[in-house]
Amino acid sequence: MQERLEKVLGEYGRSPADLIPILQHVQDEFGYLPQETMDGIAAHAGVPKSKVYGVATFYTMFRFEPLGRNHVCVCRGTACHVRGADQILEHVQRHLGIEEGETTEDGEFSLETVACIGCCALAPVMTVNQEVHGRLKPKTATRTLKKYATADKEEGQ
Amino acid sequence: MEKITVTLNGKKVKAEKGMTILEIAEQQGIRLPTLCHSEVLEPTAACRMCVVEVEGARALVPACVNQAGDGMKIKTHSDKVVRARRVFLELLWSAHPNDCTVCEKSGACDLQEYSYEYGVDVSKYQDKYQYTVDGSNPYYVRDYNKCILCGKCIRACDEIQGNNVLDFANRGFDAMVSTPFKLPLEESNCVFCGNCVALCPTGALMEKERYGKGREWEFERTHTTCPYCGCGCTFDLCVKDNKIVKADSTDFKNNPVNKTALCVKGRFGLGFVHSEDRLDYPLMLKVPREERTYTLKDYKKVSWKKALDYVAERLSQIKSEHGPGALGGFSSARTTNEENYVFQKFVRAVLGTNNVDHCARLCHSSTVAGLAKAFGSGAMTNSIGELKDCDCILVTGSNTTATHPIISLEIKKAVRNNNCKLIVVEPRNIDLCAISTLALHQRPGTDVAWLNGMMNVIIAEGLQNQEFIDERCEGYEELKKTVAAYTPEKVEEITGIPADSLREAARIYATSEKSSLIYSMGITQHTSGTDNVLSTANLAMLCGQIGRPSTGVNPLRGQNNVQGACDLGALPNVYSGYQPVTNPDIQKKFEEAWGVPLDPNIGLTVTLMIEAASEGKLKGLYIMGENPMVTDPDLNHAEEALKKLDFLVVQDIFPTETAVLADVILPGVSFAEKTGTFTNTERRVQLVRQAIEPEGQRKQDYAIICEVAKRMGYKMRYSSQEAIMREIAALTPSYGGITYKRIAETGGLAWPCPDKKHPGTPYLHKDKFARGKGLFSAVDYRDPAEMTDDEYPVILTTGRILEHYHSGSMSRRSRPLDEHVPSGWVEISPKLAAELGVADGEMVNVASRRGAITTKARVTDKVINNIVFIPFHFAEAAANRLTNGALDPVARIPEYKVCAVKISKNGG
Ligand code: SF4
Ligand code: SF4
Ligand code: SF4
Ligand code: FES
Ligand code: FES
Repeated sequence: MQERLEKVLGEYGRSPADLIPILQHVQDEFGYLPQETMDGIAAHAGVPKSKVYGVATFYTMFRFEPLGRNHVCVCRGTACHVRGADQILEHVQRHLGIEEGETTEDGEFSLETVACIGCCALAPVMTVNQEVHGRLKPKTATRTLKKYATADKEEGQ
Repeated sequence: MEKITVTLNGKKVKAEKGMTILEIAEQQGIRLPTLCHSEVLEPTAACRMCVVEVEGARALVPACVNQAGDGMKIKTHSDKVVRARRVFLELLWSAHPNDCTVCEKSGACDLQEYSYEYGVDVSKYQDKYQYTVDGSNPYYVRDYNKCILCGKCIRACDEIQGNNVLDFANRGFDAMVSTPFKLPLEESNCVFCGNCVALCPTGALMEKERYGKGREWEFERTHTTCPYCGCGCTFDLCVKDNKIVKADSTDFKNNPVNKTALCVKGRFGLGFVHSEDRLDYPLMLKVPREERTYTLKDYKKVSWKKALDYVAERLSQIKSEHGPGALGGFSSARTTNEENYVFQKFVRAVLGTNNVDHCARLCHSSTVAGLAKAFGSGAMTNSIGELKDCDCILVTGSNTTATHPIISLEIKKAVRNNNCKLIVVEPRNIDLCAISTLALHQRPGTDVAWLNGMMNVIIAEGLQNQEFIDERCEGYEELKKTVAAYTPEKVEEITGIPADSLREAARIYATSEKSSLIYSMGITQHTSGTDNVLSTANLAMLCGQIGRPSTGVNPLRGQNNVQGACDLGALPNVYSGYQPVTNPDIQKKFEEAWGVPLDPNIGLTVTLMIEAASEGKLKGLYIMGENPMVTDPDLNHAEEALKKLDFLVVQDIFPTETAVLADVILPGVSFAEKTGTFTNTERRVQLVRQAIEPEGQRKQDYAIICEVAKRMGYKMRYSSQEAIMREIAALTPSYGGITYKRIAETGGLAWPCPDKKHPGTPYLHKDKFARGKGLFSAVDYRDPAEMTDDEYPVILTTGRILEHYHSGSMSRRSRPLDEHVPSGWVEISPKLAAELGVADGEMVNVASRRGAITTKARVTDKVINNIVFIPFHFAEAAANRLTNGALDPVARIPEYKVCAVKISKNGG
């Protein structure tokens, strides 16, 4: 891991201004921001580790856990919000047993929220692996997720 | 300074250009509410509580960051402003729990105070934070439900402590202060200085020890000086019902050395004052010598009268049977100046001998000897506050972040804000290495070699300050000849420091405008200790890096009052103020003042008294506040010697490892129970003020000494410690102008302070050295007394850690410190650990030619190759069972820093 990190870091200047591009690149490289890369990033950009963590948690695009095989995004944009996005999110969280930004223990699902996917007409909306599912109700949301889980299993067999 | 005029609430007022609106308001006695602002931090304008209305400005402006312009019209409490403040406060309450009634901060909480002032309705909101309260570390509680995100803790950790443990994480409602990955503080690089706690405006960060011990408005506050290290931090002791609740450093204007900062010991380590173990009554041995168990079981409680009579009788008896030379006293670097003065007076005038010394022998006697020879005065030449303006700081033999935490903050500040180049020369990979320009790792005990090597480079490259040398120094030619042999290549062979790194270090030190040299026990505690010190002085003189602000040779003294104990004559060769006992005029002066004939011969040092005791020549010993049974080298030997004494009296606050060897134990008082003065490492004399009444039958230490003196036929009576200071000032030129009143007015005076008008002397040797010309001493490198061999192939070096102090008698009795670091260890490099097959956390045996201990292995890259490190605070695995008692020939300081050991797996 350190080698891959070094390679990424090598492409950037040693300045705090490069922190965000570095974080983006590291995330592209590993799919997430592994905890073990923090020291190296902090040292390279010349900022404290606490700052790296602060910046990385400020922007929703960064995550500290690898994505699950299925990536779920629940929209919390205005249109979805008024049509009950919160309820959808709550159900999805309960169903998967994780909070947003986390990945299930079996690595099956990871969950994020976004602000407006651009399908407001279908609100409330969520995407699973970039596929849009609209006009959701709590029940249909969980049913959709179940489908992905079984689909995986079938593929695996 | 350019003046401006502004209109403040309709009134024209004058101010200086560059002042912020907040400063002007304060100057006019108008208090503006602030939450994120602190005078000890850089302004950020995060909370907007301080907003004011400025005519012509589009929006309200935060007063804490905006400078006033000429002609500005400002309203600080207009309706608009008040309404805005109320809204900000209400927003804060939207997530903050409504539990002021049970909050420890109540009464000192800014949020609470402003909410009252601005009439905020705190009950409107229901959507509160739901964080779990974090009480996982031993020192303080983090309750982020009460956090108002002002960021002061983050900035305190960044700007004051330089550790950057914290930052804001997440955003929106979820924004919070966090360590990286929300790690517990103990797994972060937090050093528990608590500077964040001191600055937090709400109850989000609170000292653990204070819970349930009282509310802010119930405390009596007493401004006093820290009892731990030589930095000499000051703080307010907050007391309720005669118990210390906390140390409070927020009144930073009264704390000249430390401002708001303290270290973990000063802030969280004062619990020892109320320890169950405190001695409350005089104790006398009740069993015959043969049956002693060397525990408190051997003793019975007696009255003061009985104890004092007996002490006087036994000391008198030894004096008349064997002569005064059979008696001696160990004074204490922890007690006040006044007590040290009285103690040495007692030994000299009453016991009749110069056999008086204290633990400075074991840490800095080589400094006193070396610097007195080179400059004429053996103390830090410059003050702590000057460090931040240095261009180069050379730190050697000092793990400053652990041993002198507050001084390390000044070093960090210099590096960060003044672009100062930091050069660290240390066998270990200490924390300062991380921010250094150059980190050189010498083999322990080879300091003369690399110092000579640096001088070799400087002279070879013509970088010396010839003008300074010619005008102000002598002995240069000799030095030049000697260092000529120390080429960087040769030095590399001896020390292991790469030749080119040494060259670079020499150039940086010599060519920087203001270079300061800092050292501590890593330089002094060697058989070549005095030579090491002389070499540091040589280097500074060679480059003219002395006698100006932010330069100098700065030995960091360990204990709170080790400087004072030396200053006040708790040394066998000098009276107070370093006046030699061998000088007949001086002798006469003291004979007249004290009304008795005095001994013109130099007495025995601590180390020689131990020697004399083991030979049966020293029969009686009076030990005040020292614990040689943990701190002396080659402990097995010291223990035998003390057991051989005919009579030992120990005056202390705890039944220490030494006390239980005594015939009589007398209970003195701690710093919190007495008034007096301490002199910190920069020679600043500061006040210690009594905050609580002594419990039990504890007596003031000076009063105990006076009582014994009286019973031995010498009248010694003082109405207070202040009266003692008057006598000190009268007899001690360098303390001549020091009075309690002046110290209180100035916040501490640095000696020399010869008369009542003198402002004190922050840096020494300005136009001329104390001895006239600075003296170069050509010294050659000698090997340490003990080298490694096949049987003992590992080099042991010993030292202190941040969380504990000295023999641990205070710090290990303070709950949070003891809980955090309950036992000792040996640091082993990964390389050596692999060779030995030892794993991290495993128990190992460490043995030297003198003794063996068992302790836990800590595998860490803080140590390098075959060097291991053991902190010496832990009696049950005392490093000093291993160390070498070999002495420096001049200062008689033992070689704690190098000895040869072997390490084996426990049971293996
Ligand atoms: S205790 Fe000191 S080191 Fe720890 S977080 Fe607070 S300021 Fe930083
Ligand atoms: S913990 Fe205290 S100091 Fe830190 S941001 Fe919160 S309120 Fe401010
Ligand atoms: S131990 Fe030293 S640094 Fe720590 S608070 Fe006390 S005087 Fe200051
Ligand atoms: S608000 Fe959800 S898709 Fe636009
Ligand atoms: S005090 Fe001025 S913005 Fe916080």
